[in-house]
Amino acid sequence: MQRIGVFVCHCGTNIAATVDVARVVEAAAKEPGVVHAEDYQYMCSEAGQLKIREAIKEKNLTGIVVCSCSPRMHENTFRQAAERAGINPYMVEIANIREHCSWIHKDIEEATEKAVILARAAIAKVTLNAPLQSGTSRVVKRALVIGGGIAGIQTALDIADAGYEVDIVEKTPSIGGRMSQLDKTFPTLDCSACILTPKMVEAAAHDKITIYTYSEVEKVSGFVGDFQVDIRKKARSVDMSKCTGCGVCQEKCPSKKTPNEFNRGLNTRSAIYTPFAQAIPNVPVIDRENCIKFKTGKCGVCSKVCQAGAIDYEQKDEIVTQNYGAIVVATGFDTIKLDKFDEYSYSTSPDVITSLELERIMNAAGPTKGHLERMSDHKPPKSMVFIQCVGSRCADKRGKSYCSKICCMYTAKHAMLIRDKYPDVEVTVFYIDVRTPGKNFDEFYRRAVEEYGVNYIKGQVGKVAEKGGKLLVQGVDLIDNKRILMETDMVVLATAIEPNPDVRKIATMLTASIDTNNFLTESHAKLRPVESPTAGIFLSGVCQGPKDIPETVAQAGAAAVKVVGLLAKDHLVTNPCTAKSDELLCNGCSSCEKVCPYGAISYEEKEVNDHGIRETRRVAVVNSALCQGCGACTVACPSGAMDLQGFSNRQILAEVDAICR
Amino acid sequence: MHRTEQEQAELLKEISGVDTKKCMKCGKCSASCPAYEEMDIRPHQFVSYVQNGDVKALLKSKSIWKCLSCFACVERCPRDVKPAKLIEAVRLMVIRERGGNYLTPDEVPELLDEELPQQLLASAFRKYSK
Amino acid sequence: MVYSYYPGCTLKNKAQDLDRYARMSAEALGFTLEEIEEWQCCGAVYPQASDEIATKLSAVRALNDAKEKGRDLVTLCSACHHVIKRVNDDMQNVEDIRTRANNYLKLDAPYEGETKVLHFLEVLRDRVGFDTLKEKVVNPLTGRKIGAYYGCLLLRPSGVMAFDDPENPTIIEDFIRALGAEAVVYPYRNECCGGYISLKEKALAGNLVDHVMESAVDKGAEELITACPLCLYNLKNSGSSKKVPVHYITELLAEALGLIKE
Repeated sequence: MQRIGVFVCHCGTNIAATVDVARVVEAAAKEPGVVHAEDYQYMCSEAGQLKIREAIKEKNLTGIVVCSCSPRMHENTFRQAAERAGINPYMVEIANIREHCSWIHKDIEEATEKAVILARAAIAKVTLNAPLQSGTSRVVKRALVIGGGIAGIQTALDIADAGYEVDIVEKTPSIGGRMSQLDKTFPTLDCSACILTPKMVEAAAHDKITIYTYSEVEKVSGFVGDFQVDIRKKARSVDMSKCTGCGVCQEKCPSKKTPNEFNRGLNTRSAIYTPFAQAIPNVPVIDRENCIKFKTGKCGVCSKVCQAGAIDYEQKDEIVTQNYGAIVVATGFDTIKLDKFDEYSYSTSPDVITSLELERIMNAAGPTKGHLERMSDHKPPKSMVFIQCVGSRCADKRGKSYCSKICCMYTAKHAMLIRDKYPDVEVTVFYIDVRTPGKNFDEFYRRAVEEYGVNYIKGQVGKVAEKGGKLLVQGVDLIDNKRILMETDMVVLATAIEPNPDVRKIATMLTASIDTNNFLTESHAKLRPVESPTAGIFLSGVCQGPKDIPETVAQAGAAAVKVVGLLAKDHLVTNPCTAKSDELLCNGCSSCEKVCPYGAISYEEKEVNDHGIRETRRVAVVNSALCQGCGACTVACPSGAMDLQGFSNRQILAEVDAICR
Repeated sequence: MHRTEQEQAELLKEISGVDTKKCMKCGKCSASCPAYEEMDIRPHQFVSYVQNGDVKALLKSKSIWKCLSCFACVERCPRDVKPAKLIEAVRLMVIRERGGNYLTPDEVPELLDEELPQQLLASAFRKYSK
Repeated sequence: MVYSYYPGCTLKNKAQDLDRYARMSAEALGFTLEEIEEWQCCGAVYPQASDEIATKLSAVRALNDAKEKGRDLVTLCSACHHVIKRVNDDMQNVEDIRTRANNYLKLDAPYEGETKVLHFLEVLRDRVGFDTLKEKVVNPLTGRKIGAYYGCLLLRPSGVMAFDDPENPTIIEDFIRALGAEAVVYPYRNECCGGYISLKEKALAGNLVDHVMESAVDKGAEELITACPLCLYNLKNSGSSKKVPVHYITELLAEALGLIKE
C-alpha cells in the first residue's frame, strides 16, 4: 500500500490569490492512500523542499504529489528533493495548478474546484507509479553548427577554444553571412569586414573546426549526445585541394549576366564565382544553372585558363555522415520581399532601395565601389529619404507583426555616414517611433540629429512616386499636422527582417519548434534563451528573434557554453520513461516500428511462454537508449502490448477516472 | 434621441466596425489621403478623436464632406484600422439628423453640365444626403 | 458563353459607348453579355456602415438574378463593380447583413453570395485570355502610347476586390499590350480622380486630376483609358494641367478588333 504525501504551493499570490489552497489540502487529505497533506508559500524554496524531505522521512512516504507550477518548471527540483529523502524520483507527480488553473481562471470557487480535481488525478496516478531507474547514453564529443554567419562562427570558435571538435555547415560558397555584406557597424562605426574577417580566418585556421561551405544538412537522426547527421556537400565543380584562388577563371568566364546575390542583385557576376574577395574558402564554385558549359556543353574556358587544373566538371555531390553530441542552429535572416509594398515604388524604381542594398552601395567592394549614387543614372543624390518600419509592426498579412529591432539604429548610422561623407546631401528620416534601447544607442541617434543635421519627421510615408526623374515622397508631419510633399533623389526602405526561409526545413529535421513567424522557439523565454525545447539543440543569432551584432555575439557565446556543458559530460542520464512491449500481447504487426521517430523499435524472433505453450514469435523490442518516450507507439499498437513506463495506460485511465469522479 | 458624446463614440465604433485601439499612430492614413489638405481634422485624428470620445468636433468638421472614399487609408494602414469607415460613420451621424443633408435637389440644376454622368449625381446624393 | 450583365445607370445614358463597344467586342470574342431584367441603380457608392441594409438591396437583386440563371455576373463601370462585389462579399461573410437583406427581399431561396462577380477586364484576362485576344486583334494599335487609369474602386480594398495588386496593377497594361499599343506605366494610375467630390468641390477634384495627368504625361502617356464613366468625366473636365485624351477601355478594344467603322 502506497503512503502518499501532498504538498500544495501558494506560489506567492500566483496560485493562492485564485485558488483556496487550504481547501485543496483538506480535499487531498481525504483521498485514499494520502497520509500527509500541507501547504506552503513557496514549495520550490529550500524551506519548502525541506518540508517535503522531512515529511517523507517522518511519515514514511512512498510517493508524493506537488500541486504547483508546470512540471517544465520544477518537476526536476522536486524529484531531486524526493531522491535526497530516499525515495525514487519517479515516485513524484506534479499537479499543475498554476498554468493550468490559477493563471487562466478568475473565479476562486471554480479555480479551487479545478485544483482539487487536478490534485486528485495526480494522486490517482502516483498510487500506480513504480520506481524507475535511469540508464546512461554516450556523448559524442563533437558539435555541429548550422550556418556560417557571425552567430555560427562565434559559437564554433567558443566551442573549439574549449577543446571540442566543431563542424560548420554553410549553404553558400563562403562563411561570413549577413555581416560580411555590411559596410560599417553601429554604434561605433567599425568597418564590418575589419572585425569579421579576422574571425573568419581564425575559424578556418582552427585545428578543431571543420568548415563545410556550399553544403546543407540533409538528414538528422539520433538524439541529444548522439545525433547522426548527413551533410550534402554540393558539387563545387572546383577541386578545393588544387585551387590556388588566383581568380583568373572568374575574370575569363564569358557568362557574366547572373544577378550578384552578395550585392543584392545590384550588379551581376560570372557563372564561376566567389561571393566576395575575402571569401573563406577562397575557392570559387560553378553555378551550374548559369554556366554555359553545363547548359550547352560548349565553353570550358575556366578549365583552359586554370593553371592548377582545379576545374572538375564531373564533380558530384558528396554525402558526409558524422555523429554529434550537440547541434547549434545559426541560420540567420533575410529581408522580406517588398512586392506587397509597391506604394513605395520598390518594384518600379531602381532608386528606391532597401537598407541592405544601401550597405552594398556604400561598401568600397560593392557595385559602385563605395560611391553613393543612384542606380538609375549613376548620379550622386542631392537628397535622400529613409522610410522606417516597412513591413515591420504590421497587423495585416503584407508584413510582420514584430519590430525588426535593428532598423532604427542602422538608419541613424546610414544617415550619419552620408551626412559625414557627403555634407551636401540632405537626409530625411520618416519614423513612427525611434527605438534605441542599448548601450550608447540613443546617444548615437541623437548625434545623427544634433551633430549631423539629419531631419527626422514623425509620420509614416503614404506613397513614393517617380516624377521627372526624381521621387515624389508623400507623407505627413504628425507633429506639425502638415502635409509633406517632397522631391528626393533616393529612397531607402528599412525593410523588415525574417528568419531564413530554410529554417522550416531544418527545424523539422531537428524536431525543434518554431513560432508563427518562423523564429525558433527557446526553451524558456527568460531563463533558457539559447536552448531549444528539444534536448541537444541550441539557438544562436537571429534564427531565435531579431537582434543586432553585439547581442548575436553574446548569444552565440551563451549557446557555446551550453554546448560545452553538454559535451563535457562523460555520459547522459537517460529518461527512464521509455516504451516497453509486453511480448505475450505483441502480435508482431510492425505498427509501432513504423511510427517510431527515433528508430528505437526493432523486431526479434523470440521464444515466449504463453500460459505454458512455448513457441517462437516475432515480437517488438524497444531499445531504451534510443527511445525518447514520445508514446507514439503506444497509440499505434492495436493489441495493447506497448506501454510507456511512467505513463502507462492504467495510470492515464486512473487519472481520467479521478477527474470524472 | 439624445446621446452623450461617449455614447456617440460607441455608436460610431459600432456602425463603422472600427476598433480604434488597433491604431499605432503611424499616420500612414493621413499620409496616403489625397484630400488631406482640404481637411480640418485629418484621417488619423478621426481615429484618436473617437477613441477619446471627442465626437462634437468631428460632427462639425468639414472633413466629412471631403473624404473621397478612395480607400487609400484602408488599403495602406499597417494595423487594419480602416479610417474611411469611421469618417463615413460620422457623416452618416450628421446626415441622419434632420437638416443634416449637405446636398439638396434644388442645388442640382446649377451644378449640371452636358457631360455630367448620372453616376456622379447618384453617388453624391448617397454620400451627402439621406 | 453567356454572362449575366449589369450595365448600370450611366452606361444607359452618358456612357453608352462604354456599353455598346463592350457588347460588340464580346460577340467578336465569342461571348455574350445578356442584360439582367429589371435591374436598378446600384447606388454608385458602397454603403460602408454595418447598419445600412436597404441601400445594398439593388445589388443583391442583381446578384440573385444571375444566381437564378446560373451565370456569372459581369460588370463594366468601376463603381457598379465595386458596389456589387463588396455587397456580394457581405452576403457571403457578414451574417447580420445576409439575414437582414434576405428578410427584406423574401426571395424563393435566400441569397448567400453564390454568384461570381467578374469585371469585363477579368473576363478578358481569365476567361478569354490576353493571348487569345491578341490573336483576334485585326487593327493593332501600334505606336500608340497609352496609360491605364485604374482609379480606386477596382483595386481597393484589395482583400475584397481581389482584382489585381492594389499598388502596382498590371491587368490594364497587359490589355493595352494585347491590343498592340505601348503601355505607359505611371505611379498615379491608382490614385483617386475625385469621384463624387467633383460635384461640389471643384478645386479639390481639379487638384487630384492634375496630379494624375501630370504623372501620366511625365511618363510619356499620350492617351489614357479607363473603365469608369465618372473617372472619364473628371479626368476630362477637372483641373488645369496639360491634358491627354481619355477613352473607355471598350472603345479601344472595339477599335483594335476592327469593329468601329470610320
